[in-house]
Amino acid sequence: MTDVLVVAELLDGGLRKNTLSAVRFARQVAEGTGGAFDVLAIGEGAAAAASALEGYGARKVLVAEIEGGYLAEKYAPTIADAARGTYGVVAATASTYGKDLLPRVAARLDAGVASDIAAVSVEGGTLSYKRPMYAGNVFGWCAVRSDVQVVTVRQTEFEAAEPTGGSSPTETVSISSDPAADRIEFISLESVKSERPELTEAQIVVSGGRALKSAENFHTVLEPLVDALGAAMGASRAACDAGYVPNDLQVGQTGKVVAPKLYVAVGISGAIQHLAGMKGSKVIVAINKDKEAPIAQVADYFLVADLFAAVPELTAEINRVKALG
Amino acid sequence: MKILVPVKRVADPDNANKMKVSPDGSRVTSDGLEWKLNPFDEYAVEAALRLNENGATGERLGEVIVVSIGAEDVQTTLRQPLAMGADRAILVKADDAEIDSLVVAKALKALVEAEKPDLVLMGKQAVDGDSNTAGQMLAELLGWPMATFAMSIHGEDGALRVGREVDTGVLTVKVTPPAVVTVDLRIVSPNGVKNGVTPDSHVYNEGARYASLKGIMAAKKKAIDVKSLADVGAADGAVVKYTKFELPPARSGQVKYVADVAELVNKLKTEAKAI
Repeated sequence: MTDVLVVAELLDGGLRKNTLSAVRFARQVAEGTGGAFDVLAIGEGAAAAASALEGYGARKVLVAEIEGGYLAEKYAPTIADAARGTYGVVAATASTYGKDLLPRVAARLDAGVASDIAAVSVEGGTLSYKRPMYAGNVFGWCAVRSDVQVVTVRQTEFEAAEPTGGSSPTETVSISSDPAADRIEFISLESVKSERPELTEAQIVVSGGRALKSAENFHTVLEPLVDALGAAMGASRAACDAGYVPNDLQVGQTGKVVAPKLYVAVGISGAIQHLAGMKGSKVIVAINKDKEAPIAQVADYFLVADLFAAVPELTAEINRVKALG
Repeated sequence: MKILVPVKRVADPDNANKMKVSPDGSRVTSDGLEWKLNPFDEYAVEAALRLNENGATGERLGEVIVVSIGAEDVQTTLRQPLAMGADRAILVKADDAEIDSLVVAKALKALVEAEKPDLVLMGKQAVDGDSNTAGQMLAELLGWPMATFAMSIHGEDGALRVGREVDTGVLTVKVTPPAVVTVDLRIVSPNGVKNGVTPDSHVYNEGARYASLKGIMAAKKKAIDVKSLADVGAADGAVVKYTKFELPPARSGQVKYVADVAELVNKLKTEAKAI
């Protein structure tokens, strides 16, 4: 029997939907081992976020209200103290938040971490985790042999848990602190607000590469296609590094991992690091001048064309087809 | 400032699709692939050098020590950061099977306690295991603050202002050393690192510096101190144990080349039903 503590992710005082991937994982472990799972809402606005978590089948929703911007040094002591002696697994979604915070919690608990897992299996009460390594070119199965196991789960591999109805009782947990927090200060979080769907949750993603040549071309050539498809916009590392778009649009091994129903790669050659972030997509379209580009290894459809001619034409065709219904 | 930079040797990441798994699934091998310095660690070395020099005059402001944990022949890989300008190196000998992120963090903690650096600067993740955990664990074991996924580090009255690349944008923190900072790709952009000494007019090249011939010659004479896991009190063994490796399933089907936009849209609508 393994009980799981899910650490929820908050943003602007609300719950981030990616938390529901970690909830999906927790349900699998709880069901597989005959245990239960609780969810901890921690941070500024935790009480409000907790109410959004009550309908997902948790035994309890724990609340730790901590004022101010997110700092791992401020959250880790409370999470570790809540977990110690009570839970077999502490889990979060492998966003930059989960990746930053959970290893710090693990070290406090002298625990091992299985990070960014793609699957969990339960055999005879023992948990094994499948995780992508080498930019997704190898999967390793591992077990974590510490009293507490710390896990972050890949959002694209654990579908958001659906509500189960019912209402989990909430409980306030006491806040612990650590002197390390006295030497770090949250200054700001600068986000680019977008009306488009979130990259990691979009049904369609259109990404641009270095071949777009400028920030201006992302705006005038790629964005109309993105919007015609109601898609999220992504980019290759080369395009981000060149400053054409902000880095939070980067799709790849060390950027965001996406698995939409349709992925359109425009002017992206398909370096291993990029493929690692998108090859789980259902249908992949490549638009590239070079028919031998490595993106062909994963693409379903390949249009060999100059993107500056093909993309506006594709945008017009999509708009025309949509108008026909 | 004294800076410790942990680095890892990895199989050539640009050929990661040539990694092999033994028929029984017990081992993963990189036979035929070159060893490289983990790219994020190379960027950490570059950032450490930028923090510890006057970029305009080349004057050095503090020591940069590189550390690795791995096989005996990792010494060869350690010559690269030494040739870039790091002052000396430490290698803790270990088999891959003996170590995981927690063991690495414990070994590094012992080295930090012995060397007493002001800053530990390291890559945000090694691109072989892709775990992204060792820096955070080290910071916690030391009781130090941390700034992960750094895209910028600016010195500011004895503190460091660090821009962190997060999912939703850039999160800026101000951290007072000693601290652990893990770096992201953009730290090696021309304005990624400002130490308050290098004049603002000085423009760094994009990326990590190449070793000069003089640097390569000098590196041959620099010391590499070799230790064991027992020497650093980290011989308890790994708690994360790999039991099986497998290759991902190939994507089904061959790529279909389409003649024009009309055919593409038609296929997406009728065949793939993706729009």
